[in-house]
Amino acid sequence: MMPVESALQNLVPEISIRNLNFYYGKALALKNINLEVYKGKVTAFIGPSGCGKSTLLRTINRMYDLYPGQHAEGELIVGGKNILEKGVDTIELRAKVGMVFQKPTPFPMSIYENIAFGVRMHERLSRNEMDDRIEWALTKAALWNEVKDKLNKPGTGLSGGQQQRLCIARGVAVKPQVLLLDEPTSALDPISTMRIEELIHELKREFTIAIVTHNMQQAARVSDFTAYMYLGELVEFGKTDEIFIKPQDKRTEDYITGRMG
Amino acid sequence: MIRGAPGRGSGASFRALRDNGKNLLTESVMSQSQAKGQFGDALFFNLTRTVAFITLALLAGIVLSLTWSALPSIQKFGFSFLTSSAWNPPADDFGALVPIYGTIVTSIIALLIALPISFGIALFLTEMAPAWLRRPLGIAIELLAGIPSIVYGIWGLLVFAPIFGQYVQPFIAKTLGKLPLIGTLFSGPSLGIGILAAGIILAIMIIPFIASVMRDVFELVPPMLKESCYGLGGTTWEVVSKVVLPYTRVGVIGGVMLGLGRALGETMAVTFVIGNASLIGSFSLFMPGNSITSALANEFAEATPGLYTAALVELGLILFVITFIVLSLSKLLLRSLEKQSGGSAH
Repeated sequence: MMPVESALQNLVPEISIRNLNFYYGKALALKNINLEVYKGKVTAFIGPSGCGKSTLLRTINRMYDLYPGQHAEGELIVGGKNILEKGVDTIELRAKVGMVFQKPTPFPMSIYENIAFGVRMHERLSRNEMDDRIEWALTKAALWNEVKDKLNKPGTGLSGGQQQRLCIARGVAVKPQVLLLDEPTSALDPISTMRIEELIHELKREFTIAIVTHNMQQAARVSDFTAYMYLGELVEFGKTDEIFIKPQDKRTEDYITGRMG
Repeated sequence: MIRGAPGRGSGASFRALRDNGKNLLTESVMSQSQAKGQFGDALFFNLTRTVAFITLALLAGIVLSLTWSALPSIQKFGFSFLTSSAWNPPADDFGALVPIYGTIVTSIIALLIALPISFGIALFLTEMAPAWLRRPLGIAIELLAGIPSIVYGIWGLLVFAPIFGQYVQPFIAKTLGKLPLIGTLFSGPSLGIGILAAGIILAIMIIPFIASVMRDVFELVPPMLKESCYGLGGTTWEVVSKVVLPYTRVGVIGGVMLGLGRALGETMAVTFVIGNASLIGSFSLFMPGNSITSALANEFAEATPGLYTAALVELGLILFVITFIVLSLSKLLLRSLEKQSGGSAH
């Protein structure tokens, strides 16, 4: 199915997905997905557990490559290239497409190193430049004021919400074009969740964001576009307002009104 | 009301002690059987405590009896026992330097060889091997740990040492032996048996231990943590060196210590291939030597009571002390690592 027409005005697709099928071994987990993730917008993926929304996200940075038996067919165009093709440099791709996970995953090192580590893998910076980059990333992730005096303390010592913002800072520091957020607030308390949501509003000025969420209110609050998925299919995709106010598909309506899922 | 084993009954007092009253709900539910549970818990608590203390008592007993039996030798030689390389039973003149040297050097050689190989094995098994290969390969490595040490000894003496002496040692002497400084380590006659051969056999013996511990702890790393690193554009090596190893350092060091402990204490295999020469001719690793354990194995049966036996027992005591020092050093290492990069991994 094609995107809603009104959504196409003044929008540049950052990621174009065409006829995407995804397999876990022989099991088809994503069925013929077609959609665009627009530049500078937040696209939310909602749907009941097991509908394939996380799988779709993990296809965009080829995370599935790590696991034998998983493969994708079709086209997934990022920066003009079909990244599903063989010979694609996944390291370069993942530098362009950052990811934040369900649970905070700080590395076993200091706050400073948690961020510097990712940057060092792709760029050579002087000490000063690195300091600046780290302050910039932590500021972007709204964490700088809380940690600026303890940059050498372990990242694991922060609270859950702070850890997750550290992970966002870590992703941002590499200066990706796209940030993939896989249920980034599912392990956090309401206040931390609110902060992350505010953060998403800030971040979309510079990054394209794709977020998977179980929480429909969250999708409604943070996203510009929403994709509703069910059993591996993309049921409906469009502007968030339209999806939530007058969904075209009965299944979408059932889900967002709480009759299913 | 019949419930399971007494140990499973959770009475209020012990539970409160452990969990600081976290399980209020469970407690009230259990209140009917509280008396019985309390008794069971007390029993279990005392039982486990007794077992733990017996271990401690055994340890103390071994140390005391070793010291007691070694007393004649300790009194006669004092600290010079550690620095003397004499080993002359007829003259009642004993020194531990040769066996201490042999034990430590063979263990270091074993560790130097086994560590990188085990790391490679564990890395391959957890990060790179295709799924169908992981189990059979993992089991094969564990089986290697099950081979009795005497088999390694016989194999080392009859198969490994001749080949080693005929082909490998001359080659090493021609290459590494020509280098300055370390050249002396690889000089001398190619006998096959000797310190180097013992170290290599020990390495083969401890590889399965270190490799399987490393594999087990590598598998404990949350996939999401590894994915986070891959997700930033990390290579497998970056993931392993910067995430997997720091995260598992406690377990890795534990595995290495397990291997080192085994290398220090291994008797039969070493006795077969080390050459059993109670003298230090040179620092060449090609030379035959002696280790604490092989000295004990070879000589204890024929030792005459008195100073000879006491000297051998003192050797055992020294091995115990060496093991203790190694263990303490590993704990210190862990503590400093923890301070350095902060955050306990587990």
